[in-house]
Amino acid sequence: MLSGADILIRSLQEENVDHVFGYPGGAVLHIYDAIFKQNRIQHVLVRHEQAATHMADGYARATGRPGCVLVTSGPGATNAITGIATAYMDSIPMVVISGQVQSHLIGTDSFQETDMVGISRPIVKHSFMIKSAQDIPEAVKKAFYIATSGRPGPVVIDIPKDTTNPTDLVPYEYPDELVMRSYSPAIKGHTGQIKKAVSMMMEAERPMIYTGGGVIQGNSSDDLTKLTQMLGFPITNTLMGLGAYPGTDKQFLGMLGMHGTLEANNAMHHCDLLLAIGARFDDRITNTVSKFCPYAQIIHVDVDPASISKNVVADVPIVGPVDWVLHEMIGLVKDALPERSEKQNSMLAEWWEQIEGWRAQGCLEVVNDSDGEIIKPQQVIQSLYRHTGGEAIVTSDVGQHQMFAALYYPFDKPRKWINSGGLGTMGFGLPSAMGVQIAYPEEQVVCVTGEGSIQMNIQELSTCAQYGLPIKIINLNNRALGMVKQWQDMQYEGRHSHSYMESLPDFTSLVEAYGHVGMKASSVDELDDVMKEALTLKDKLVFVDVMVDPEEHVYPMLIAPNGSLRDMWLKKGVRT
Amino acid sequence: MRRIISVLLENESGALSRVIGLFAQRGYNIETLTVAPTDDETLSRLTLTTLATDEQIEQITKQLNKLIEVVKLVDLTEGEHVERELMLIKLKASGAQRAEVKRTSDIFRGQIVDVSNNTYTIQLTGTTDKLDAFIRAIAESTVLEVVRTGVSGLSRGEKVLTL
Ligand SMILES: Cc1ncc(C[n+]2csc(CCOP(=O)(O)OP(=O)(O)O)c2C)c(N)n1
Ligand SMILES: [Mg+2]
Repeated sequence: MLSGADILIRSLQEENVDHVFGYPGGAVLHIYDAIFKQNRIQHVLVRHEQAATHMADGYARATGRPGCVLVTSGPGATNAITGIATAYMDSIPMVVISGQVQSHLIGTDSFQETDMVGISRPIVKHSFMIKSAQDIPEAVKKAFYIATSGRPGPVVIDIPKDTTNPTDLVPYEYPDELVMRSYSPAIKGHTGQIKKAVSMMMEAERPMIYTGGGVIQGNSSDDLTKLTQMLGFPITNTLMGLGAYPGTDKQFLGMLGMHGTLEANNAMHHCDLLLAIGARFDDRITNTVSKFCPYAQIIHVDVDPASISKNVVADVPIVGPVDWVLHEMIGLVKDALPERSEKQNSMLAEWWEQIEGWRAQGCLEVVNDSDGEIIKPQQVIQSLYRHTGGEAIVTSDVGQHQMFAALYYPFDKPRKWINSGGLGTMGFGLPSAMGVQIAYPEEQVVCVTGEGSIQMNIQELSTCAQYGLPIKIINLNNRALGMVKQWQDMQYEGRHSHSYMESLPDFTSLVEAYGHVGMKASSVDELDDVMKEALTLKDKLVFVDVMVDPEEHVYPMLIAPNGSLRDMWLKKGVRT
Repeated sequence: MRRIISVLLENESGALSRVIGLFAQRGYNIETLTVAPTDDETLSRLTLTTLATDEQIEQITKQLNKLIEVVKLVDLTEGEHVERELMLIKLKASGAQRAEVKRTSDIFRGQIVDVSNNTYTIQLTGTTDKLDAFIRAIAESTVLEVVRTGVSGLSRGEKVLTL
């Protein structure tokens, strides 16, 4: 016989939860007492509940295992909302436990009561409202199963305080198996469709592979790499999919979309066969939908049927887990390849010639004509890449710095690039890096941020001090909400309405006040030395405040409205 | 095009709000909605009508299927089906009007289920079109109140929506 609170903790242990990111309050005090009395699950005390959700999210993105969050009712729950929405948009497995007021008070506007199930409903994969302590094991089991299977996502369990009462003891048993008649995610794909897809691949003249976060979530990077290399096709990854295919390989054309490379976007536009895997054709990818891939037949592989033909109609839809489908494809391609015609081989060679022509234009080349006075933000990322050997796990916030990181730090492996792509949540970078560092204490974890974004969760520097998290924070300080300012430059004749960051703190003294190390780089000459020194301080959190060119824009950039994928700004005033 | 979606739903609190929330959140429209437990009390049957293009209806059914509590669903309008709606309508009926209203009600196979000195309450079942036609037919009378259940329906023939 156990209390509901003990049952909850035991159930989380059954699910192999090793860390819970949370913050206490009235409605979860019984649960916190149960945490106190055990030592299998480590609780990480944050400074703001939003950060708890991003930490769990970063933990999940880096490890593939679900992140777990515990917050109190009312403000604790609402503070968690942004992080839940962030995880939802990027299909990240997460279980969020929120306290709720006592059952008999629900609906009476009682102290710290909010309808968490209601508020979170549009941004969760599913949610549970606990009615009694006996419900807890099954709800936890289902929550973890739902969060991690099919297309993953966050699940909320709302627990009224009385159901965790330490004096109400009930029998405890954790279910071995789950029967859910109304939930059965696809476990394999349609072999007929896969065959058809492969025969189209064998006949394509200008094929292109485009993959998204689904390949990373589906742990299919190795299979994707294998298939792509067998076929010899060009490949691009979305912002969420970077690292699914080695970023330094020659078949990789870079990222596509809004800030994609010239070669990736052009190859998309001109291809005659598009193999889309674990990607969802969102508006940052397609530009004007009616002008998207005008010559292509589209094969779309995704575990979520609702993602297929949502924005762009697929000619060959394949619903199934990406790993399963890729595995089948590899088998079929192996048999078919020897019979690929001479004609097709030479068409493919011609296609590559065309692509190399685009690549030769060097759309990412960095020109610094400031005599070394001013640091270009791209140079910071290049320096970071050199000094980490491309091996760091990099998280980012949202803005120009995010795009520079995505474009100038090629990732050769999955789960090394962690950012909020779908929701674009400023404030994600630092806490997600903390979740990663907690999961992998030995890894080099770097957060690339901006002076705007970092201030959205800067209080977590205190949590970093408490848990000794030696994250390296690279602040691309352009004294502006750079991405907003860029849009204002391009679309509002340079009227910078509230996109300047005034009264910035002295970041180096700020981080030192938290007990960390602060460094500053203001000219190109010092950049490499500072970067190197920061990265050698293995046991310290180092905040590197880099003064970068405030005038820099991110290019390429798709031209909207009404543009296609080949319509891009390449630099200020220069377009395709 | 008007579609009738029939859904088997876990009979759990909160399930209905997810269905309705989905429609609101994704900008789909709901014309009518009716829901009640089935012979199996762990299941509710929900019928809704919506105006949607073929592409929209594909998304709607896929998104509905993604809801954990949706067990199964069918677009009844894809095949032959029976559909019914029930209406209770309270009319002003006095003097010579009374006979006229009764006659019209009979033509539509309505039943007068409540009577007062100055009113008739008529119960009518049929397709949405038929109920609409009745309201047009009694345009002369003063309608005091109308309540309609919304459409429910089943596929014709052997086809059934069960577990
Ligand atoms: C929470 C939140 N609020 C607002 C925005 C809109 N937004 C996108 S980028 C950006 C500017 C970010 O500034 P900074 O962090 O300094 O990055 P920079 O673009 O300068 O590199 C803003 C305000 C957002 N993405 N998230
Ligand atoms: Mg900035």
